[in-house]
Amino acid sequence: MKPVYIVGAHATSVAEHYEFSLADLALEALRGAFKMVTPALEPERIGAIYVANAFGEALVGQANLGAALASAAGLSGIDALRVEAAGASGGLALRQAAMAVICGTYDLVAVLGAEKVTDKLEDRMEAAQMLSIDSDTEADIGATLTSQWALLMRRYMHEYGYEAADFAPFPINAHSNGKHNREALYRFSITAEKYLKAPQIASPLNMLDCSSLGDGAAVVLVASERLARELTSPRVRIGGSGLSTDTAALYQRRDPLLLNAARQSAATAMQQAGVVHADIDVLEFTDPHSIAAALALEASRFVDRGAAPRHAADGGITVSGATPIATAGGYKARGDVGGANGVYQLVELVRQLQGNAGAAQVPNARVAFAQCLGGVGSTAISHILLAE
Amino acid sequence: MDIAKHWRQRATRYRMQGQRHRETGEIRFPARPSALCEDPAVWEPYILSGRGEIYSFTVLRQSADGFVDLTPYPLAMVRLNEGPLVVAQLTDCEEAELSIGQPVEMVTRRLKDTGEDGVLVYGYKFRPVLS
Repeated sequence: MKPVYIVGAHATSVAEHYEFSLADLALEALRGAFKMVTPALEPERIGAIYVANAFGEALVGQANLGAALASAAGLSGIDALRVEAAGASGGLALRQAAMAVICGTYDLVAVLGAEKVTDKLEDRMEAAQMLSIDSDTEADIGATLTSQWALLMRRYMHEYGYEAADFAPFPINAHSNGKHNREALYRFSITAEKYLKAPQIASPLNMLDCSSLGDGAAVVLVASERLARELTSPRVRIGGSGLSTDTAALYQRRDPLLLNAARQSAATAMQQAGVVHADIDVLEFTDPHSIAAALALEASRFVDRGAAPRHAADGGITVSGATPIATAGGYKARGDVGGANGVYQLVELVRQLQGNAGAAQVPNARVAFAQCLGGVGSTAISHILLAE
Repeated sequence: MDIAKHWRQRATRYRMQGQRHRETGEIRFPARPSALCEDPAVWEPYILSGRGEIYSFTVLRQSADGFVDLTPYPLAMVRLNEGPLVVAQLTDCEEAELSIGQPVEMVTRRLKDTGEDGVLVYGYKFRPVLS
């Protein structure tokens, strides 16, 4: 992949931001990202804003978000658009921005993940998330995004001989890291005992194995090599990018426990970057539930199929393990920010690669892997980030 | 209101009508367009038996608009006897008696109430086979 860089990254806290609008959150994230850049860049240097958002219509009642958020930033007139691939929107916006910069169309693109969910109650949020699965034959008959992961978890337990309790290390790890993250929605630890006692949401998924949606915005500034060389502040190189798709309807897959799009997108990104699994120091996955993290780790070939819960029980996913995940809390503790999740992942990985991740810092992290999924892996986008 | 959207599904929802591949005999459900590389007429209508076994199941205690009154309700992926998987609600059963591999059969039930001015959506659910 031709050189292209992230030169600034910032995220707001994930919370029930009742006092703030989508535009308020977007502006806070944009300001923060520009503050990281030295010497200071004039906002007029932005060639385009790529907005990553999944729920604008369903939960805010606002579409046309490119224009809406560009004008809120006082940048009316510039190129601005919104990309949408449900939960994979953030990764998609980064990929499109990197391609546009590599093409030479722009020197600087602001990738802005922004989501406002708490103006609506739970049943409307659930309905918004159902937009990412098949409408006629899944959502209309009462399936939800959560139920699809629950069906996969039960089948996985059956095929590989696990109990629900064997998945506890995933949320325990997420909360153990998330309590150090000032932007996390839930800043407390949980125990295996609490996990076992948590009420069911969609059996076998319980409350401590389900993420909560929150409001938030995150920005990464994507720059050309020419612009990046003008700057004295640290940067991260985007080494590879892969996108792949699978059926929207889960039941149409020959092997539902294999996330094919995740597998393909990971292989493409790693091949482009010229890295192998052993090179990767820190990872971010779409992990609203343990089973999602487990299947993504396996699909991306970091662990063998059927081995992810054992790998987690052996400490493999902690900050000192072979595949540290959810170092900022993951979807579970940081909070699930819909279409902005993919940009939150990047903000955390930039911190890791620049040694700014605090208590959850992976020592000497040089190579990072980000993967976000839309639906139950119908869209998968993987990126490799490299420390400079 | 979505009247046409649900009406269009009538063969799928009321008869479990899927498709059979004229050359290979493969059966799929529900019907969908032939792929770009296929002869558009290669898939013919085929009515499935409505019998199969539970591939996986869950009981939803948190649901969405249109299903809140039903909650909690069981949902399953069913491996149909003809081969395809389908996702459907389960009915006439207790959570404790459900298991993977259990034989189930299709019944027609109300799926969703789309509100005062909308339609009552009917379609397939599955229940344990009556012995």
